[in-house]
Amino acid sequence: MENYIEVRWHGRAQQGVVTAAKVLGEACLRSGKFVQAFPEFGPERMGAPVRAYNRISDEPIRLHCQVTDPRYVLIADPTLIGVAGVTDGTPENAIFIVNTHKSPSEMRSELKLTSKGAKVFTLDATKISLETIGRVMPNTPMLGALSKATSFITLDALIENFKENYAKKYSPKVIEGNVAAMNRGFNEVKGE
Amino acid sequence: MAITMTKGQVGLTGNAAIAYAMKQINPDVCPAYPITPSTAIIEDFSGYVADGAVDTELITVESEHSAMSACIGASAAGARVMTATSSQGLALMWEMLYIASGMRLPIILTDVNRALSAPINIHCDHSDSMGARDSGWIQLYSETVQEAYDNLFQAVRIAEHRKVLLPVMVCLDGFITSHAIENISLIDDAEAKQFVGEYIPRQHLLDTDNPITYGAMSLPENYIEFKHEQSRAIAGSKEVVLEIGKEFGKKFGREYGLFETYRLDDADTAIVILNSAAGTTKVAVDALRKQGMKVGLLRPRLFRPFPFKEITAALKNVKAVGVLDRADSMSGFGGPLFSEVRSALYDLEARPKIISRIYGLGGRDYKVKDAVEVFGELDRIRETGKVETLTKYITL
Repeated sequence: MENYIEVRWHGRAQQGVVTAAKVLGEACLRSGKFVQAFPEFGPERMGAPVRAYNRISDEPIRLHCQVTDPRYVLIADPTLIGVAGVTDGTPENAIFIVNTHKSPSEMRSELKLTSKGAKVFTLDATKISLETIGRVMPNTPMLGALSKATSFITLDALIENFKENYAKKYSPKVIEGNVAAMNRGFNEVKGE
Repeated sequence: MAITMTKGQVGLTGNAAIAYAMKQINPDVCPAYPITPSTAIIEDFSGYVADGAVDTELITVESEHSAMSACIGASAAGARVMTATSSQGLALMWEMLYIASGMRLPIILTDVNRALSAPINIHCDHSDSMGARDSGWIQLYSETVQEAYDNLFQAVRIAEHRKVLLPVMVCLDGFITSHAIENISLIDDAEAKQFVGEYIPRQHLLDTDNPITYGAMSLPENYIEFKHEQSRAIAGSKEVVLEIGKEFGKKFGREYGLFETYRLDDADTAIVILNSAAGTTKVAVDALRKQGMKVGLLRPRLFRPFPFKEITAALKNVKAVGVLDRADSMSGFGGPLFSEVRSALYDLEARPKIISRIYGLGGRDYKVKDAVEVFGELDRIRETGKVETLTKYITL
């Protein structure tokens, strides 16, 4: 099979996971990668479980099927654990990043992970987003956490991309808040 | 819309890319009635209209039937016209599709492929555009966001070509392509404008010095002659599609033909498949080639008119062909693409064995393993020379 980084985002509608996948895709593209970012749409209502995906590669991406065995899984809402198949298809060396105030070891048991090769990272992205952006938007701190927990995207690339691409869409205050959220996500994420 | 720049590439969804191409083409009139999953095309484009980035008259209508009716009126009046739709929207246009092609109006429609009701489903299959395959529209299919974008510019040139003067439908996969961000290279605005050129209608209703009639009654003494002319025009459009594809390649470095072949030259078995699933099939082809299996792929880009002769030549040395349709014609004898390919091969002295497989209806995922399974079946047919199951649903 071809050499891809595959990412799956779990959240609930309105938590911004589709946007997070888009922002991550754009930042990776800006770093010279080939990318895909796509959502999986189900019932369109607030609070419904939503998934979004990324594929990232050094080569043009030809696969157009769903991401079924991602190494990287980001969970924006821990209440989805046990109901939304968050561990489905993940390999032994999977990396989970969960928005929670709980510790990585607590989350490891909640996720029922058996593989010792799997890594679990946690951060309180809800709290961070409330303090930086002013509303619940866990996706932004989680992007920062992703760049800390993995090596495929740097915090600088994420921030630069965000500043450049969203300056027209958002006010400087919103941009600042999001950048602060990414920085805090990067600094506050804990893993084991 | 955020555009990310690196090495001349940006990240756009299929819908955003089509809307951006429409902005660069700057059509005179765009009648529209948005429908999932093509909604974002009109959403983005109406933003360009509101911002004054285009001179287009955007007409919001009360149904898709009205959208196509307004396209026809505006086109007959001499305007360059575009719209977009999906699924039920295209189905509701059905009556007017035939009028657009019968009047020889070069209207451009983007169809973001989606399944038809019932049951209600918003996801991808090709039932909508396949239902319009005999409506006299030229149909171009697109594997990627890049190709959908590139096809739209070429569609304008093909439709308006004096030898053609027919409406063109550009098809891309709902959600899989329409909602996925992929890398694409955008054409420079000035070059895009130059490529499509100014539209100068051969004749139009507003030219009062040369009055003409569109849509007049035509009884048995000349109706069939009209249809004969129309039939010759769509058959002849194949050469124009090739010519424009070459010109596009020269200008922008991405050449397009009637179809794409992938590792087909020495292949024993081949899959014929449209749109995004061809990319997934290519991954399967590479994996099986590594194991020493001589497999290949043919992806039609031009489905109407169907390039019978050229596809026959491309497949003549293959031993077994699997035609994968993301639509069933409910004929009880395989999908629409299968019927065409099987018919194309009939004139060969030594014909490849051929099977029909219906996959992915209503957005059911088509994976590498599904392509691998079909190749496995084709390999058994190659060995035994026997087709056990001619038509079958897969990905069930």
